[in-house]
Amino acid sequence: MSIKTLPDLVPDAELHLPREAERRLSNGLTVIAIRRSAVPLVELRLRIPFGRAPLAPATLLSQALFTGTSALSSIDIAAELQAVGGSLAAGLDPDRLLISGNALAAGLDRTLELLAGVLTDATYPAEEVATERERLVDGIQVALSQPAHLVRVALLKRIYDTHPYAVQTPTPDEIRAVDPAGLRELHAERVRPAGATLVLVGDIDPDRAIDVAEKVLGGWTGSAPDGVIPPTPEIRTGPLLLVDRPGSVQSSLRLALPGITRTDPDYAAFTVANLIFGGYFSSRWVENIREDKGYTYGSHSVVEHYVAGSTWQGAAEVATEVTGPSLLETLYELGRIASLPPGEEELEQARRYALGTLRLGMSTQSGLAGLASVYAGFGLRLEHLREHSEAIAAVTREEVFAAGARYLAPSRAVTVVLGDADKIESQLSVLTAVERSTE
Amino acid sequence: MAPRIKIPATKYPVERFTLGNGLRVVLSPDRSAPVVGVAVVYDVGIRSEPEGRTGFAHLFEHLMFQGSANLEKLAHFRHVQGAGGTFNGSTHLDYTDYYEELPSGGLERALFLEADRMRGPRLTEENLRNQVDVVKEEIRVNVLNRPYGGFPWLKLPPVMFDTFANAHDGYGSFEDLESATVEDAQGFFDRYYACGNAVLSVAGDFDVAEATAMIERHFGDVPARPAPELPDFAEPGLTEEKRETYIDRIAPLPAVAAGWGVPDPISDFDAYLPYAVLAEVLTDGDASRLVERLVQRDRTATNLGGYLGFMGDEYQVRNPTALLLQAHLPPGGDAGKVLQTIDEELDRLVTDGLKAGELDRTQARMATRLLQGTDDVLGRAQPMAVLELQRGRPGLLNELPKLVSEVTAEKIVAAASTLRPECRASIEVIPGAGQ
Repeated sequence: MSIKTLPDLVPDAELHLPREAERRLSNGLTVIAIRRSAVPLVELRLRIPFGRAPLAPATLLSQALFTGTSALSSIDIAAELQAVGGSLAAGLDPDRLLISGNALAAGLDRTLELLAGVLTDATYPAEEVATERERLVDGIQVALSQPAHLVRVALLKRIYDTHPYAVQTPTPDEIRAVDPAGLRELHAERVRPAGATLVLVGDIDPDRAIDVAEKVLGGWTGSAPDGVIPPTPEIRTGPLLLVDRPGSVQSSLRLALPGITRTDPDYAAFTVANLIFGGYFSSRWVENIREDKGYTYGSHSVVEHYVAGSTWQGAAEVATEVTGPSLLETLYELGRIASLPPGEEELEQARRYALGTLRLGMSTQSGLAGLASVYAGFGLRLEHLREHSEAIAAVTREEVFAAGARYLAPSRAVTVVLGDADKIESQLSVLTAVERSTE
Repeated sequence: MAPRIKIPATKYPVERFTLGNGLRVVLSPDRSAPVVGVAVVYDVGIRSEPEGRTGFAHLFEHLMFQGSANLEKLAHFRHVQGAGGTFNGSTHLDYTDYYEELPSGGLERALFLEADRMRGPRLTEENLRNQVDVVKEEIRVNVLNRPYGGFPWLKLPPVMFDTFANAHDGYGSFEDLESATVEDAQGFFDRYYACGNAVLSVAGDFDVAEATAMIERHFGDVPARPAPELPDFAEPGLTEEKRETYIDRIAPLPAVAAGWGVPDPISDFDAYLPYAVLAEVLTDGDASRLVERLVQRDRTATNLGGYLGFMGDEYQVRNPTALLLQAHLPPGGDAGKVLQTIDEELDRLVTDGLKAGELDRTQARMATRLLQGTDDVLGRAQPMAVLELQRGRPGLLNELPKLVSEVTAEKIVAAASTLRPECRASIEVIPGAGQ
């Protein structure tokens, strides 16, 4: 066969940020509008701080937000949005309520009008709320049968203990106890513009889009009480937590370590160290437990950022019979990234991946909208992409080594495994102390 | 009633040519972001795998990542990601795709990688055994260890179809996967992975002349091999209702899915397209007919979906395929009642026609979704490659929003009138987990 050589890469052009405008409206709402005109659409993200909102009512509110106003029924709202090619939905995490959607660019004004109607005049009609309540309960029942959900529930509890982030899914009974009056009360208290951020991205003139938002959302007023969440607690190390799921044909392996924020001076080095360990396909962890040993379809490690603190998390679903060996290799790879400097070549590869995927993430309207909205939640703007790129480009082997030692040391990690306990406990207990979950 | 919103269109340029060895090429330049998408699709999928080798097309897709003449194992992944890019592949009923998305400076590298494996992957016993293990874990994650795994895409075809090609489990049985050999893989490559049976597509930030030269340079010497004859997988449509159930030991709540045969997506596209719109009229959003009735009014369903093609790839599938409706039900939900209500609603649609504005708004929302899909370079490269492969018409991607918007109410009603209970296949999930 012929020998061929790999073509060189053409160096990236300078990072180009899209045209944007920003204005803080008199009602306290910040509007960020970004132009990307490739397709004639507009993406919308409205982030409303929701820290410390009561979990069950907040969860149901996110599901029932679009069930009606004094002028429109839930079906009217859906139909009117559809007429401009639009759709809106709400989601909740412990920091914020996020309304997301998109529409044809020509439908921006109408979409904002319908959004304003919901924000200022949601009525939570009893019939519709009853329907959404039962749907939400059904959805939680289904989630409780999913290993990924169950292990996350256990991991959050293990990481956050008594902190508000520890429980993020209400129980069916808690949901059943929420009535429309409770939703109206929570809406009146927390669905307020002060401190909220609206991001619009698409085939729009940024200044005009903000003018429209100002006009249409000007009648949405008020501010919410302080929802500030206390800083996340130290993660206390301890025995591996084993959660029994009898009959499980795989084990869900999770590890967690304290993380750092995006603006921490070590963040770029930490990002690269995480990539080398397990943050992308060409990482040591994936190459080891998937491509060499065939223990898993995939493993992945990420930094999860919440407003009150960040954590590092690693995840893999592994075959039941190799659960112990999978943990062994995982601890080995964590130990290696914490104990030895990375190779020059693997550092460059991870660096280029970090820089390249950042560009990919900015190449679509929805990518930009997601980034801008998430960043805004942490007080950052797209300009941060430039700073982050520069930091990634400059990070040295020594800094990555130091970050690995400091932030990825297995001695500081907590581990949770969900699986068929009778089949995996002995595999795990030869490696580390194991404690069975009693919940 | 507000005036109908104008349905916009994209004008992505499309260049088509064929190399001397028969490889078809589609180029769609757009310089609005400094990224490129590269897709190679081969005209072979789940329907072409041999009996006794269920899951082989997908297993073979994994083997295409395990090295080739100039690439060691792991090299493909490292070279793409080391260029700042992402990669993947997927196996469908009628095609298998491989793709990369990278900063534009990585284009030539991606072309090199695709050309190298088009000449032939390194098929070794060790890599085969490793990827059989990986695929088994993939099946455990996606099917065996989760509720509703394989529902309905693996569960409904055996109810609806009789032939092995159309009915079998495309993920494969562990027994078949474990008995796969390197010789099987070589034979599969030789037969189906001919450059005459493939399309290369590039979308995004590049110069057409430069990209053309790169493509000649890297793919020009891939040995010419003709495409195998395209099989005909057609089966006679159902003439009596088929209905089956199975117990999902993990699922806590019941679910049901139904499928009806539809016109040939390729040779009878004009008749097929109304079914795509009908699926959305029935199920897209709270204002759609079946969501309004089943979820909001009757509360006999918790969630509802409707689409064409078992893998939801409505414009990337050949005959035979289906319109599918699926519903997740509340505790104790009655699947028979849900199917009966669907029949009632279809009858009502046929008898009373569409309401004012109903079709316009559905088409507007469909346009948004189609347009949004093309904002991403891979959302252009991948579908254009398949549209070229199956139809010789990559530019259809630009035309779809308009074509969808031109489907008339009469055609929707006519399509709905064919969705009779007697030509319906359905599968019901009986929850096996304690409620």
